[in-house]
Amino acid sequence: MAITEQDIRHLCKLSSLSLGDAEINRMSKELEAIVGYVQQLQEVDTTGVEPIANVAGLENVTRPDVPAGMLTQRQALANAPQRNEVAILVPKVVER
Amino acid sequence: MSTAIAIAAAVQAGQSARIEVDHALERAQRDTTNAVIRIHAERARAAASRVDQRIAAGERLPLAGVPIAVKDNLCVEGLETTACSKILAGFIPPYTATAVARLEQAGAVVVATTNMDEFAFGSSNETSAYGPVRNPRDPTRIPGGSSGGSAAAVAAGIVPLALGSDTGGSIRQPASLCGVVGMKPTYGCVSRYGLIAFGSSLDQIGPLATTVADAGLCLEVMAGHDGFDSTSAQRPTAGLAAAGLNRTIPSGLRVGYVPAHATGLASGVAARLEAAKRQLAQAGATLVPIEMPHETYAVAVYYVIATGEAASNLSRFDGIRYGHRTAQPATLQALYGQSRAEGFGWEAKRRIMLGTYVLSTGYYDAYYRKAMQVRRLILDDYQQAFARCDALLGPASPTTAFRFGEKMKDPLQMYLSDIFTLATNLAGVPGIAVPFGADDDRLPVGMQLQAKQWEDAGLLRLAGALEALAAG
Repeated sequence: MAITEQDIRHLCKLSSLSLGDAEINRMSKELEAIVGYVQQLQEVDTTGVEPIANVAGLENVTRPDVPAGMLTQRQALANAPQRNEVAILVPKVVER
Repeated sequence: MSTAIAIAAAVQAGQSARIEVDHALERAQRDTTNAVIRIHAERARAAASRVDQRIAAGERLPLAGVPIAVKDNLCVEGLETTACSKILAGFIPPYTATAVARLEQAGAVVVATTNMDEFAFGSSNETSAYGPVRNPRDPTRIPGGSSGGSAAAVAAGIVPLALGSDTGGSIRQPASLCGVVGMKPTYGCVSRYGLIAFGSSLDQIGPLATTVADAGLCLEVMAGHDGFDSTSAQRPTAGLAAAGLNRTIPSGLRVGYVPAHATGLASGVAARLEAAKRQLAQAGATLVPIEMPHETYAVAVYYVIATGEAASNLSRFDGIRYGHRTAQPATLQALYGQSRAEGFGWEAKRRIMLGTYVLSTGYYDAYYRKAMQVRRLILDDYQQAFARCDALLGPASPTTAFRFGEKMKDPLQMYLSDIFTLATNLAGVPGIAVPFGADDDRLPVGMQLQAKQWEDAGLLRLAGALEALAAG
């Protein structure tokens, strides 16, 4: 399974991760090796096998619909790298 | 260094909690292994004084005054927590992980934060932004990973107890390589609230300790349902501490082993595995050969499922609400992409890429859905195995501790070093690594025991018996 540099650029877009040209080249080679290894799964006969996402056998765990455990505004802003007193600051999103 | 049980008994009997906490702080200051990345002296001394007050007021605290260390992916309110990633440098959690909160409520005192592979992505502790940890048994070698700092902190005698997290062996493999006890409980036994998520269907928090008894006590305190983690189970968890005290093989015990595990083992590990089987048989256990036909696919299944979950979990690190933000981004999209590129190390980038790939349109059925199907076959193998035996015995790692750099060039070789521990997480069963002697280079060898889901107490009983056999 070839993984091209073009494939890596597409994955970079999907995952919001900016890689440089050298990194993209290295990544395509390393991913190709790992995906090649993972290819062995195709030899397993899984006809009629139901996929499992949750080994704990839980379904639809709910809790009472009551607000609890909320952060204060101050706490919620405390770790933001750029902020003012009331908001997190980001670059302009909409041009006027 | 005393055991956690001995320290708690002394403090309960009136010895000041400050004494052992101060000793542990001094040992942490002198650490030469890089296991400890942050020391919390002031907070720990204040906590120790509060333990003294609570004991004086008549409280009984199962971990009274026990100094502990926590892996850097467990949030503690007010203490920097980074998962050893540059992207989280300076992050101060506004709340404490339930597992840590329960230990503190029981009298334990957090003295230090331990080193780890970045976001728990690694088997050697070499991907940490804080640099690798040296194995206390041989400083030219890795301690294992990803909970390498916690394993080394216990093995070096800094603390009697440390917390790790285990997504594919990250407690058991470093425990084995450092010569300490490490347990991954049944999935859902310990709340994951406050654990920086890696693979949410696989992650469990567990203890690293010098004895099985200490591990059992620690687990009993942490275990049980938590409203903040809907995957934590509503099940009784009493009896885990008592189980860890057991030293004898229960009569009629059937211990399974997988004959195929013998191939590809380092000779020193193979020799210890044979010794463990022989000693268990001499102690009255019946050894049962077990086939696990799909175990050979565990590494492939794991690296599809774990990276898919990791890529999703790591999408929250975007340079907006917390963590590293790039300087002067031109656009919001550039802010995301550059902040993440600057903050994540190479292994994290590779796992984000792989996880995104297996989840993407056109590949999902071939990889992710297929992996979930084979995961069910692996779970079926375990269920059939536990119809024929009470526990599975095997090596925790195919080799003893390897040298720095040995496997960093080849990610697949690194991934294969977890070959015996990954399936445990895929099946959600409990597993424990118990020190069982050493190889010819005097490097520790750990045996792994696994049991069926929610047989954590039975697993601890058997681990206590195996520990007694190892002591001879």
